[in-house]
Amino acid sequence: MLYETLIEGGKHWSLTVRGGTRLRLIDRQGGANVGMLFYNPQNTLERYNAPDTLKCQHTFKLTKGHCLYSDMGRIFCSIVDDTVGWHDTICGNSDKALVAARWGDRTYQQYRNDWTQNGYDAFLVEGGKYGLGRRDLAANVNWFSKVWVAADGAMTFAAGHSPAGGHVDLRFEMDSLVLMHTCPHPLNPAADYPRGPVVVQLHKAQPASQDDFCRNSRPENVRGFANTALYQACRCLPEG
Amino acid sequence: MRRESELLPGEALRRQVIPAGDYWIDILDQGQCLRIVDVEGNQSADTLFFNAADVSDHYSAVDTVRAQRNVYLSTGSKLLSTSGNLLAELVADTVGRHDTIGGACASESNTVRYALEKRTMHSCRDSFLLAVAHNDRFGLGKRDITHNINFFMNVPVTPDGGLEFADGLSGPGQYVELRAAMDVIVLISNCPQLNNPCNAYNPTPIEVLIWESDVR
Repeated sequence: MLYETLIEGGKHWSLTVRGGTRLRLIDRQGGANVGMLFYNPQNTLERYNAPDTLKCQHTFKLTKGHCLYSDMGRIFCSIVDDTVGWHDTICGNSDKALVAARWGDRTYQQYRNDWTQNGYDAFLVEGGKYGLGRRDLAANVNWFSKVWVAADGAMTFAAGHSPAGGHVDLRFEMDSLVLMHTCPHPLNPAADYPRGPVVVQLHKAQPASQDDFCRNSRPENVRGFANTALYQACRCLPEG
Repeated sequence: MRRESELLPGEALRRQVIPAGDYWIDILDQGQCLRIVDVEGNQSADTLFFNAADVSDHYSAVDTVRAQRNVYLSTGSKLLSTSGNLLAELVADTVGRHDTIGGACASESNTVRYALEKRTMHSCRDSFLLAVAHNDRFGLGKRDITHNINFFMNVPVTPDGGLEFADGLSGPGQYVELRAAMDVIVLISNCPQLNNPCNAYNPTPIEVLIWESDVR
C-alpha cells in the first residue's frame, strides 16, 4: 500500500492519481456516500461522462466490471472490485438549499467542523484548485449509494444499502485528477445529516491483462481500452 | 403524461425545419413557447438550455430528474439549472416520455459503442461544437456541452439497474412543447446517428415552432 487516509463525513479532497494506481474506498461505518468527478490533468476539458459510461455498458448502476469513461472515449478507471454492488451516478449533488431544507443550515460560525457542507460547494472548492468552475461540474459518481428506478421512472433511494466495511476498488487506466467529497447523497432521507467516514487507500495496481475482467465485460470496453492504449502510446513518443 | 397543446401553428411567431445533422441555436424569451416536432418519427432532438443572462448556469439533467424523483421527462417536468433555477417547463407532450440519461452521441463514444473505425462519422457533439463556434457571441465552449435531453428517445431504466435502448414511443408528427421560465438559449442538435437501430438507421428532420408569450 502506497498511502492511506481517513476522510470524515461532510468533507472534501482531491488528488491526481497516476495510471497504474488502485484506489480503494472503504465505507467505515456503513451508509457513507462519496461524490467523485474525474478529469484529465493534461487537459481538464476531458472529463468523466456519466451518459457515455452508462449507455456504452447498457447499465444504470455502476459495479465491478464497469469502466468509467471520459467524453473522449477513454477509460479513467475500471471497477476491479466491489463488495457493495450498486453505485449511483445520476442523482448529482446536494447543494446549500437542499442541505438547509433537509437537515438545517448549520453554519461554520456556530458549528465549526460539524457544519453541514454540501456536495456542490465541495466540488467547487476542490475544482477551483485546478481552474475548474461550475461550468466544469458534471454528473458525478455517488459511491456506496443506490437509487433504483421503477417501471414508471420513479426513483427510490435504498436506505441501508452500503454495509460497514464495504469497499470498491478503482484501477486507474490513465492519469486522472480526482475530486471527491463525503457529503450526503442528495436523496438520503436520514433525519440527521449523515457523516459517514471513508478510508481512502492507494495501492500499486497490476496492469490490465488481455483477459482482464473489466476489459472483457463488454465488447465496448475492449474498444475503450484500445482508445486508452492509443492515448498512452502517443504520450510516450519523444517530444519535438 | 400526454397532453396536447392548444397553440395553433398558424399563429406561431416563427417556425423552422432542422434537417438531421444540423444544429439550431436561438434565444427563447421568458414566456415564449417552443414546440419541437418529430416530423417523420423516432428522431432524436438532442437539446441543451442555458440561462441567457448567465451562460455558466445551464441545464442540469441530474438536478432535474432528482427534483422530480423520476428519470423520464414529460408534461409538467421542470427543467432545472445547475444553480437550481427553473429554465423551462414542459407544457405539452404527445409522446409521454423523453430521455435525459443517455446524453449525446460523439465521435469518440461512437468508437466505443460501435467500432473504432466510426470515428470520422458525424455526431451530435460535432454539431454542438460547431454551433457554439459559429455563435461565439454567446460565450459558450466545450465545457458547456454537457448532459442533454434527448427529446423523442426512449431509454428505459430497469429496476435491477440496466439501461435499454427501446423502440421509440414517438411517431410522425408527435411533439413536445415547453415554456421558457426565463430568457434561455436553446441549443438543439438534430441527431445524425447512422449506427443505432432506435431511429431505424434513418435520421430525419425535426421542426421547431415558437409562439409569443401569453398567447394561451
